[in-house]
Amino acid sequence: MADVIMLSRIQFALNISFHILFPTITIALCWFLAYFKIRYDISQHPVWMRIYRFWVKIFALTFALGVVSGITMSFQFGTNWPGFMEKVGNIAGPLLGYEVMTAFFLEATFLGIMLFGTNRVPAWLHTTSTIIVAIGTTLSAFWILSLNSWMQTPAGFEMRDGVAHALDWWAIIFNPSFPYRFAHMMLASGLTACFFIMGLSAYRVYRGDAKKAPLTALRTAIVAAMVLTPIQIFVGDLHGLNTLEHQPQKVAAMEGVWETEQGVPLLLFAIPDEENRTNHFEIGIPKLASIILTHDPDGEIQGLNEFRSGHPPVAPVFYAFRVMVGLGLLMLLMAAVGSYFVWKRKDLPMWYLKTATATTFIGWVATLAGWYVTEIGRQPYLVSGVLKTAEAATTIPSGNVALSLALYASVYAFLLVAYIRTVFLMARRSVEIEEYQPEELRIKPALTTI
Amino acid sequence: MIPDQMLPGIFAALMGIAILMYAILDGYDLGVGMLLPVDNESHRDTMIASIGPFWDANETWLVLAIGILLIAFPTAHSVVLQELYLPIMVMLIGLILRGVAFDFRAKVRQGRKQDWDMAFKVGSFMASAAQGFMLGLYVMGFEMSVASIWFAFLSAIGVVAAYMLIGATWLVMKTEGALQSQALKWAKKALRFCALGVLLVCAVNPVVSPDVMNKWLSGNGLLVMAVVPPLCALCFIQVWRSLGHSEVLSDVRCHRPFLYVLAIFVLCFVGLGFSFYPYVVPGQITIQESASAPESLRFILIGAMVVLPCIFAYTVFSYRVFRGKVTELRYY
Repeated sequence: MADVIMLSRIQFALNISFHILFPTITIALCWFLAYFKIRYDISQHPVWMRIYRFWVKIFALTFALGVVSGITMSFQFGTNWPGFMEKVGNIAGPLLGYEVMTAFFLEATFLGIMLFGTNRVPAWLHTTSTIIVAIGTTLSAFWILSLNSWMQTPAGFEMRDGVAHALDWWAIIFNPSFPYRFAHMMLASGLTACFFIMGLSAYRVYRGDAKKAPLTALRTAIVAAMVLTPIQIFVGDLHGLNTLEHQPQKVAAMEGVWETEQGVPLLLFAIPDEENRTNHFEIGIPKLASIILTHDPDGEIQGLNEFRSGHPPVAPVFYAFRVMVGLGLLMLLMAAVGSYFVWKRKDLPMWYLKTATATTFIGWVATLAGWYVTEIGRQPYLVSGVLKTAEAATTIPSGNVALSLALYASVYAFLLVAYIRTVFLMARRSVEIEEYQPEELRIKPALTTI
Repeated sequence: MIPDQMLPGIFAALMGIAILMYAILDGYDLGVGMLLPVDNESHRDTMIASIGPFWDANETWLVLAIGILLIAFPTAHSVVLQELYLPIMVMLIGLILRGVAFDFRAKVRQGRKQDWDMAFKVGSFMASAAQGFMLGLYVMGFEMSVASIWFAFLSAIGVVAAYMLIGATWLVMKTEGALQSQALKWAKKALRFCALGVLLVCAVNPVVSPDVMNKWLSGNGLLVMAVVPPLCALCFIQVWRSLGHSEVLSDVRCHRPFLYVLAIFVLCFVGLGFSFYPYVVPGQITIQESASAPESLRFILIGAMVVLPCIFAYTVFSYRVFRGKVTELRYY
């Protein structure tokens, strides 16, 4: 049985990790598209329409990948975690149902008009469709994060005969960790989209694409990143405090604290050793973890040894947290340096463009790392204090799960490579994609350099 | 206020509507996908353009159907999904290939477009065949015998033919000229297989399941039997007649085959639904036994009563925006 649980966990992690990549881009990218379209509607300047045309096609591709991997997700609850729905289906079901009804149909239907309807509907309706799709993607995030947060910090229910029953839907939807997690994820999406736009636009600029569209998009994304990164750091801190209150064992794993102590150092690096319940090669800043988490240099933090009966595996949570924070700081640096050049109205230097290209998908890595912290940090529970992961697993033969896992892994690996290659290919074919009129290209021959 | 004992029935009806909507809407998408000709790129472009603005929303009905199964009948959901683990996997991989091919084909290098078109075709085929296979297993009550596997394979062929039929009639409606006359030929071919498939399921169903047999021979059953099969047969004849003998159909007549096929889908679905009600897993679990807690069903029903009419309204709006013969699929 153990191997079926492990295989199911790997398969679910693989599916959801692959899936989350695409919504993380599309949720915020759609708001960017709405912004570009509104700028065009107001100014009638063709550069905004070109930016829109380029990014709407990237959006369409990204959205399609999100849809198909999302459909897979909707089946995995039943195929691999039947115990989940049997035990907490009364709570999870309606939240998922509202996601489908209020978000999926909305975004899917208006996406058709947004992509192919420009000539068939009035301009205002096309802009409205773009905004509706953005609202749809955001609503979708709202419901699914509400469910995820409920699994982390369940509220508003009672157990009757071993099954969760809803008492107060308001308390269920707006459970204690939901506002923080939702804000943190929306900002993560915003930053992922910023760096994605920065990366592809920088790639075009350094390859000699001297048109106005990529530069304008690049500058817009840099400024947006400069606004969002500090907010994200602030919200992330609030989220951490919320976790300390409701899931102290997760914070203990994140900080690598074994014994309850006061004045805990912030570990920059360490190798947690679960067997001996200690860390090796610690490098830390004294008292900083206590300051961050309790806002008091001598504040007390509960150690993992307080949770002997069940705490998450330490090493993955500990490392993933450092990856997320490290990348967050790198993003702040990138945004600040870029903003300096934008503010001084200087050209962005080549090294900056190349770095931005290299960090096109930095948001993906940071977002995944963050999700690993919170999801692995919830173990051994699937629903904190209510349902253990092992109790929810499927009873089908492990061979079947192994087969499906192998197939999904190959399909996803192939699609991920195809996706990344295609978006860069699209950046190289931008003249075609932005749909320049022939006369515009004749006036400025430099524009034809793709 | 709606009494508690009515809730499972209401949700069974909602799930039925979602499954039927999916079979019709994604049915024509998948049918068009399977019909993509290997040797004619411009036909492929037009065919895919005819479903481009709709496929995403069409596929969402599947998520709604599986969502209602999950929300309203959680215990049945785990049984069904675990029984169908492997065919579901095939279907999902098919849907993934088909869905991403839509976008990749338009964006990759010229040489690769052909490959993605094949992925489109193969993906559509995998998804359709897997759905037919699952329907077969479902009708047989998930019994794992040689006979039921054979039946499931035949059912897969039937569903593939049915989707090709609705896809071909969709193309008759949405296209003109050479592609339309090709679609007329496809429709006639698919019609024969589809009729055979429907007959087969009707013949096997009462034989393998005494429950179904009794149902058909009960008072209400005889009434349904007196109405649904003759109507269905009439629709098949009407599809054949409306496809006509000429090379192309006028703009006035080109909608008819699709509408008659639509009627066939609805009638077959009514027949199936009637045969299995009140079971959600044939012979094992009824909708009453597996229904969720009433307070959860009520919470979702309130939303559904507000949201579902809106979904229908903007779906109709979207079809109106893209009405008429298909034009080249352009992003602006």
